[in-house]
Amino acid sequence: MEKINSQEHLVIIGNGIAGVTLAQRVRQGSDCRITMVSAESPLHFSRTALMYVYMGHMRFQDIVPYADWYWQEQQIELVHDFVERVDTSDKKLVLRDGAPLPYDKLVLATGSSAAYYDWPGQALKGVQGLVSLQDLEMMETNTAGIAQAVIVGGGLIGVEMAEMLRSRGIVVTMLIRDKLYWHNVLPQQEAQLVTDHIRQHGIELLLQEELQEILADDAGRVRGIRTRAGKELSCQFVGITTGVKPNVDFLKGSGIDIDRGILVNEFFETNQPNVYALSDCTQFRNPAPGQPMMEQLWYTGRLHAEALASTLLGNRKAYQRGPWFNSAKFFDIEYQTYGTVPAQFTEQQESLYWQNKEATKAIRFLYEKGTDKLLGINLLGIRYRHDLCHHWLQQGYTLHAALQELPAVNFDPEFFQRYEEELLHQYYTRFPDRQPPVKHSNWWELRKRFGLFSDSTSC
Amino acid sequence: MQTAVISETASTTSNTSQNVLKMVSLLLISIGLLGILVAAVGANYISPVLTGLGGTLVLTIGALLYIWQSRWYKSPAEQNHGRWQQEATSRGPSAWVIGFVLTGFYVLLYWFPDTLQGLIQATEPLSQWLRGRPSDQWFLYGTFYTLAILVMGVYALLKYRNSRYHIIRTISVMFFQLGFAFLLPGLLLMLNKPEYYFSYFWPLKYDYLFPGTIDYLVRDGAALGVFMVFWGAIFSFLATPVLTYFYGKRWYCSWVCGCGGLAETAGDPYRHLSDKSRKAWRWEVAIIYPILGFVILTTLFLWINSWSEGRLLGDLSGGFASTYGFFIGAMFSGVVGVGFYPLMGNRVWCRFGCPMAAYLGLLQKHFSRFRISTNGGQCISCGNCSTYCEMGIDVRWYAQQGEPIIRASCVGCGICAHVCPRGVLKLENGPREDRYAGSPLIKRDELRILS
Repeated sequence: MEKINSQEHLVIIGNGIAGVTLAQRVRQGSDCRITMVSAESPLHFSRTALMYVYMGHMRFQDIVPYADWYWQEQQIELVHDFVERVDTSDKKLVLRDGAPLPYDKLVLATGSSAAYYDWPGQALKGVQGLVSLQDLEMMETNTAGIAQAVIVGGGLIGVEMAEMLRSRGIVVTMLIRDKLYWHNVLPQQEAQLVTDHIRQHGIELLLQEELQEILADDAGRVRGIRTRAGKELSCQFVGITTGVKPNVDFLKGSGIDIDRGILVNEFFETNQPNVYALSDCTQFRNPAPGQPMMEQLWYTGRLHAEALASTLLGNRKAYQRGPWFNSAKFFDIEYQTYGTVPAQFTEQQESLYWQNKEATKAIRFLYEKGTDKLLGINLLGIRYRHDLCHHWLQQGYTLHAALQELPAVNFDPEFFQRYEEELLHQYYTRFPDRQPPVKHSNWWELRKRFGLFSDSTSC
Repeated sequence: MQTAVISETASTTSNTSQNVLKMVSLLLISIGLLGILVAAVGANYISPVLTGLGGTLVLTIGALLYIWQSRWYKSPAEQNHGRWQQEATSRGPSAWVIGFVLTGFYVLLYWFPDTLQGLIQATEPLSQWLRGRPSDQWFLYGTFYTLAILVMGVYALLKYRNSRYHIIRTISVMFFQLGFAFLLPGLLLMLNKPEYYFSYFWPLKYDYLFPGTIDYLVRDGAALGVFMVFWGAIFSFLATPVLTYFYGKRWYCSWVCGCGGLAETAGDPYRHLSDKSRKAWRWEVAIIYPILGFVILTTLFLWINSWSEGRLLGDLSGGFASTYGFFIGAMFSGVVGVGFYPLMGNRVWCRFGCPMAAYLGLLQKHFSRFRISTNGGQCISCGNCSTYCEMGIDVRWYAQQGEPIIRASCVGCGICAHVCPRGVLKLENGPREDRYAGSPLIKRDELRILS
């Protein structure tokens, strides 16, 4: 594909991390006109930080990563308006308030919103998800002066919401479909550790429970819920955190192919020429083997945008996610994952697992039996270096080779206790014939040896 | 379900005992404050020692109790809950009152010390015991200052108890204040030696390298005085560059310095109030380096004057020195630096005024192994790091681009790394080669905020 030329107008719908990253990376390589349209907020803000505004750690202006001057200096135009529809034949956007906006290339980065599953009572006042800025504002109103809340769904947004509500002294019960919190992602031991930790923070967990219906009072507000097992809980707020669905309603009739999300190929191209889509609102037509059809995370939003920017700048590159990573925080416990660590292991998979006595920290190295290939790492309460873990997984390290470099991987603050010795002890007990490393490896040496750095000009 | 029930009963009992503790501590704080007030105004009616010193003791116990009950039962995850919602920590009415009272206290202390006679008399026995001489306004100030660091040090220790880095660092500032900036100078006076602060150096303690001070130290202190002069010179010109090379500016600013000590303890509830705008950064650069230049010039002039026995510059250098002492030493570091804590954050002096910080900052930026590393592409741009940076550094700007943070102003307190919900930041010392290089896992802008 040809590079976008300086006369062309690139319009991006959505100013979340995907839209913003795309605008920034395209601007770096092109003088084309760039306009970003958002109905949600005039400036880009960090969606993952909404919880901290509610808890009073920050004000809304503190979660805005780039001030006004940045967009002016970068010559990225910002339009705060709602796109009513996309006219692909005339190549223009019809806006609610402003004049129609013509484009040469259009990128849809419209994100997602809370997914509901047709529960009776889901439209009542006091029932909501938490994705957008408007959701946060609504949550302020919905939770003012209330005493009890129920959260449906045991995922990352669910625990965030629980933490938010607890910060205001609201009694929180979570309905979780699995046997343990987030057990569709975390293996048994990690899930147990996190489940216990959440309970210790005063959250009541109803495991293997689902929502049957939401009950109304006379004013049309939530007064409680009934679970599938028939249990009734009194509450004035219901948080729906059972996943998200793409924001694509306004595209109906635009001629853009949509299934659950906007259908794209590995170049983020839709079926319409000059129309692209990325991140939360998309669905891959042919996902790479072992990879999902939809990726709805902050990190993948940024990776999608970096790949598409490269294509728009004339270097047509298929999206390749590379070794997976993610992170989160459950109350006091930080979580990091690198590579693949499924909830259930196959026959061929085996792992080294360590956790401390207090059950606040854990390390898991998953590897393939026989080949000894390192598959993934899970960490709770311990930080590892992303660059080095990525290198291990990208280069197909064996478990043994990775453990030789273990002393270099820890990213915890200075003076923190290190646990790698205990993990190594476990390893050499399991494989007594393997030799311990001859020399102590150091992060700075490895960084230099493997070239695990780049300066701003080279990338 | 068993666990939930147990924790609920446990929390009700702790709630009751917590409330009792809270009321007792508030009562003690009130009695203590009243005592201090009586000592200040009623010295003619009742012994100010009883009311003032006693009041201070009761206030200290009350404050410690209050801090204990408010922090101990809280999970460390809650350490910043409500910071921008409570009026005391978000420039509300009581923040202004505390700001005015503190500022007023400094004005009285510097220019109308006679008004503080009652309180000065209150600390008389302590002064006699420690220094073997009568109390004065500076002893009163030193006592309150040290107490503030110790009491609020306990607050910081409890608040950050989930981080060994912050526990050790807090103990360090408490130790240096109590030992090096309070007990040792007092002891020196008791032994009839020159009063000397071994934890302050030129250019922060600008007069330590003035010819007059050196004269006095050598004359009055004999061998010990000579040692003090050497100590000061070695720390200013040799130990400071060497330590900063290995550890960055933090070895001083957030581990040793008394101003830093107060900021990290009593000032901790106000750290998020620092201005992060680009404009504030421009002001910072425009003020702090000229102040460093001013100290250097003043020192040079004084030496030229001393060598030429006053023939070359007349009283110009003396005028320079007293101007600096008034505007920077008193006005800036005291009145604005501490008085404005509840309004502009806890590092106003360190950020905009301190010549030592400017000197250390230049060393940190250009001759140091220190940096704050960013962990690959893990940043979610949430902004906790920038918000809680007391020096007003937009830490997120670098973190979200996978770049290390290398800034002259960074005092290395480590709170950015502590509040990061994804563990993205780490303070570390490493080779200077490729010090500015970022992670290969994220693409970044070439635009710089400043410079």
